[in-house]
Amino acid sequence: MENTIVKAENYNSYFGDNHVVKDVNISINKNEVIAVMGPSGCGKTTFLRGINRMHELIPGATSKGKILLDGQNVYDMNAIYVRAKIGMVFQRPNPFPNLSIYENVVAGYLLNGIKVSKADKDVIVERSLTSAALWKEVKDSLHKKGTFLSGGQQQRLCIARAIAMQPELILFDEPTSALDPISTSSVEQLFHELKANYTLIIVTHNMQQAARVSDRTAFFYMGELVEFDDTKQMFTNPADQRTQNYITGRFS
Amino acid sequence: MTPLENEITAVKKELVNMWILVQSQLNKAREAMVQFDKDLAREVLVKEKRVNSFELKIDRDCENIFALHCPVAIDLRFLLAALKINTNLERIGDIASSIAKYVVDSAVNFDAAAMESTSMLRMFDEAINILTDARTAFEMEDTVLARSIFKRDDVLDVINDNASNTVAEVIKANISSMTEALYILSIIRKLERVGDQSKNIAEEIIFYVEAKILKHYASSQADSADEE
Repeated sequence: MENTIVKAENYNSYFGDNHVVKDVNISINKNEVIAVMGPSGCGKTTFLRGINRMHELIPGATSKGKILLDGQNVYDMNAIYVRAKIGMVFQRPNPFPNLSIYENVVAGYLLNGIKVSKADKDVIVERSLTSAALWKEVKDSLHKKGTFLSGGQQQRLCIARAIAMQPELILFDEPTSALDPISTSSVEQLFHELKANYTLIIVTHNMQQAARVSDRTAFFYMGELVEFDDTKQMFTNPADQRTQNYITGRFS
Repeated sequence: MTPLENEITAVKKELVNMWILVQSQLNKAREAMVQFDKDLAREVLVKEKRVNSFELKIDRDCENIFALHCPVAIDLRFLLAALKINTNLERIGDIASSIAKYVVDSAVNFDAAAMESTSMLRMFDEAINILTDARTAFEMEDTVLARSIFKRDDVLDVINDNASNTVAEVIKANISSMTEALYILSIIRKLERVGDQSKNIAEEIIFYVEAKILKHYASSQADSADEE
């Protein structure tokens, strides 16, 4: 499909002999927000980390099958390039503690040795912080350490850092689980705004968040992709009994 | 059971209790009319307040569950259906009460022959049976039984369609019974509404159990709606 940005074909992940993601086939369109949910240990984070080849950084971790980004298998590409095209935001805000807000935003360029002029950096920083809905709050303190910001602001700084590399896709691994409700709300609002320019895949344990922010939802259980459907359909009439049991809290 | 399951079970129980009360109200309204028992009719009027209390409590319980538990999937469908079933049951309760009021207001008893010739009593019995079966369908989550209600409502519609003529015949035969005949016509119209409300309830049962929306389908189409 022309609109497809990322596609998994018979994708499997392993930790040693432990088969944690099993034969996943999924196709994600541009500018979609996808929620990935499932009980702990179901393979959702492992699947997410397989998309930008973070999975292989863990000793003993392997994978099989394909992850196609714009039709090209990411496992045939340079891993650093893949991670630049596919940004990632983690559960706990993790700005570099020794870098300023400004340096944090352009950290991807600094750490990968990509030379960018001061003027271009200024543009990247302003554009990324604006996209992450943080510019107005920090524009007068760009050279303070990122760790001085609140938890919600730090997470938005991490989103700005991901955006700065102009990725096609941004992966979020439980991005609000360490945030208070107000910060969570501002990050969720940001998802709606980011959708105009990016494709977002969000792993979340918060089902209401999945329902609020996503266009489509994937439900994983014991390494399998059980169901992938429109979020409204999933939360009103899921096709699979296991999905229904999970979202209604009747999971044993 | 999860706390949400407990809450939903409690709402279901409340609805069934309300249903039993509404059935009883209809039965008593019928009995009061046939026996011209004004005391029984007054009892129906008094108990109408209990029906209203049920409606308010079920509304409030559903509202609390929405606010506190954020239900989804079958739980969400159950609560949406429960709210609508609640409204329909309350309206049937209103109908029982307004029929009882006719008995209280009427100066003379209803003519047995007129009730017979207009098929009003048959209609009353069928309306009560439909409502009872709707309750069974709700309790057993039996969508086959719920679907059977669509066709049975047609029987009430036919009696209602013929009512103008049959009541006119009664009036022609005995002009002095005009007031009672008009009460009968009015009761027939109300019983037709009981059929419609039971049909609405059946639709909600199917929505809750099967996630299928049959609203605004003609009864003849409702059976084939599954394929759409």
